[in-house]
Amino acid sequence: MSLLTKVSAPFRLAIVGSGPAGFYTAHRLLKEWPNTTIDMFDSLPVPHGLVRFGVAPDHPEVKNVMSTFDRVAEDDRFRFLGNVTIGKNISIKELQNNFDAVLLSYGASEDRKMGILGENTYGVESARSFVGWYNGHPGYRSLQLPLDDTDTAVVVGQGNVALDIARILLSPIDQLRKTDITEYALETLSKSRIKHVHVVGRRGPVQVSFTSKELREQMALPGVKFNANMDYIKKEIAESQAIISKNRPLKRLMSLLEKGSPTKVADKSWTAQFLRSPVEVLKHADENRVKGIMYEINRLEGPLDQRKAVGTGEYESQECGVILTSIGYKSVPIEGIPFDTRQGRVPNKFGKIVQDDKELDGMYTSGWLKRGPTGVIVTTMTDAYETADTIVDDLKNGKPMLKPTHNDITELLQERHVQPISYKDWKKIEAAEFDMGKKLGKPREKFSNVQDMLAVL
Amino acid sequence: HGKEGISRGDGPYTVHFITPEGEQIDVKATEGDSMLDLAQRYDIDLECACEGSLACSTCHVICDQDYFDRMEEPSDEENDMLDLAFGLTETSRLGCQVFMNKDIDDITVRIPSATRNLRVDGKV
Ligand SMILES: Cc1cc2nc3c(=O)[nH]c(=O)nc-3n(C[C@H](O)[C@H](O)[C@H](O)COP(=O)(O)OP(=O)(O)OC[C@H]3O[C@@H](n4cnc5c(N)ncnc54)[C@H](O)[C@@H]3O)c2cc1C
Ligand code: FES
Repeated sequence: MSLLTKVSAPFRLAIVGSGPAGFYTAHRLLKEWPNTTIDMFDSLPVPHGLVRFGVAPDHPEVKNVMSTFDRVAEDDRFRFLGNVTIGKNISIKELQNNFDAVLLSYGASEDRKMGILGENTYGVESARSFVGWYNGHPGYRSLQLPLDDTDTAVVVGQGNVALDIARILLSPIDQLRKTDITEYALETLSKSRIKHVHVVGRRGPVQVSFTSKELREQMALPGVKFNANMDYIKKEIAESQAIISKNRPLKRLMSLLEKGSPTKVADKSWTAQFLRSPVEVLKHADENRVKGIMYEINRLEGPLDQRKAVGTGEYESQECGVILTSIGYKSVPIEGIPFDTRQGRVPNKFGKIVQDDKELDGMYTSGWLKRGPTGVIVTTMTDAYETADTIVDDLKNGKPMLKPTHNDITELLQERHVQPISYKDWKKIEAAEFDMGKKLGKPREKFSNVQDMLAVL
Repeated sequence: HGKEGISRGDGPYTVHFITPEGEQIDVKATEGDSMLDLAQRYDIDLECACEGSLACSTCHVICDQDYFDRMEEPSDEENDMLDLAFGLTETSRLGCQVFMNKDIDDITVRIPSATRNLRVDGKV
């Protein structure tokens, strides 16, 4: 290879996953290292990951991030290949044979399970399934829940996703009609009899992981009152002052919790319940359907900033017809890449994948796969920029990258009869969604199965 | 370039931006311009993931104390998002929520770095 071609050949990166982590890394890299070309793969025909399939339909402002992603995708140096699953259609090894570097940003595609008796009963679902269902994820559209058969739902977990779910279950249906929630979900929710939602956590009020914006929204839900043991909340807040006073977000969050809701009389309610660990799902005697949930009551132990829930050996049961578990997402390992099962992420240093403390040439990660499945889009952006900076640093310092022997992955896809979806294709699918939405008086109506998406093309 | 239809150099106010690299950029501003509008008009790198709809915190800027005191208090909603900002300070604001008026003419706003890569910075 002559010096000239060596200097001018672009740096060729494969990105696995088209969520915020993939797009923000691409965005930063194209800016900071202009001589780059990027192929971004996603297993679904449509891009944007949890921005499309996670973020709640009544939070359209959050989805404005998609316009940055669109701008990245319009760049000539960038190509989207949807409908290609890495690890199935194409292996990691094959990516390594075709690119100078590989970025893994495929997020966290599984649920953490409670691991308790009766978890598979009809009426128990994970947050991922429920959220995927109302957001039109092709994998979850056939979900069934007895929402018309009970007035009480339990949401296990006290993070933002748990509040999203509680809010969707309790929101006036006409408010949801104006969002991009799928029509089939609207139909089911309009028949829902759910009036009371219990949001249950293992630990205390100071340990909740939702944020002020979501709590403020929850407290302001029209026609919904807030129940909680206010004396206990006040006591916990008072006892934890040493950490609360030093932490502005926590301090503001706690004052919202203490203030509660202005709605005092209403036939709907949401309840924050603390110190409860689910131990068993209770079923109806004659059928495989949820009747309630059994908790072990906990107490808190340990230093203020590392409170642990410890079982007291006392139990309590609660009647409910639906249980939604929102105790976290989980990343899955992919063949050929090291994985830290305990922390549920790919081991890395500032985004560079490491194995037994040794950096792997040309292998990077960002987003939930890099960090573990927590944090909002801003966190994911910051973290993606960190990875992009690490890549640029490696390029500047001439660190070894992969040694590809081929340079066109599309040949391999053709051989395997895999038809990738381009970003142009996606924009056609999206235009059809906007059209359908217009007819229904909402921002968009999502296609929720892959055949329908492909039929547009 | 910059945003179409708005010419640079419109007054009457002045805003001094300090970039994460420490460079100072002085720009002209009119009544009602947000710091985000100005950054976009003058091609200054300020993120705006949610496009100014108060749903991220990527437009985070840091103001001088005396100017901070001269502005109206941030709304609860702005504070909710600020809580999630990277490197929050006592005088932090969201660039899409600070609007130009005569009280803050000559203001200096610092754009914090959107990321700190300890490896690249040579700290590890
Ligand atoms: C229910 C929910 C609601 C949320 N709401 C908000 C909110 O309101 N505001 C906010 O700021 N943040 C919110 N978040 C957080 C935000 O969504 C995450 O921070 C962010 O999406 C993480 O980005 P990521 O790119 O790492 O993962 P993801 O967004 O999950 O993207 C991963 C992508 O990889 C693809 N993929 C997976 N496996 C493969 C494979 N083998 N081959 C190819 N592609 C693959 C997936 O299809 C997906 O497109 C929410 C999260 C959830 C779960
Ligand atoms: S741009 Fe998102 S809050 Fe200002």
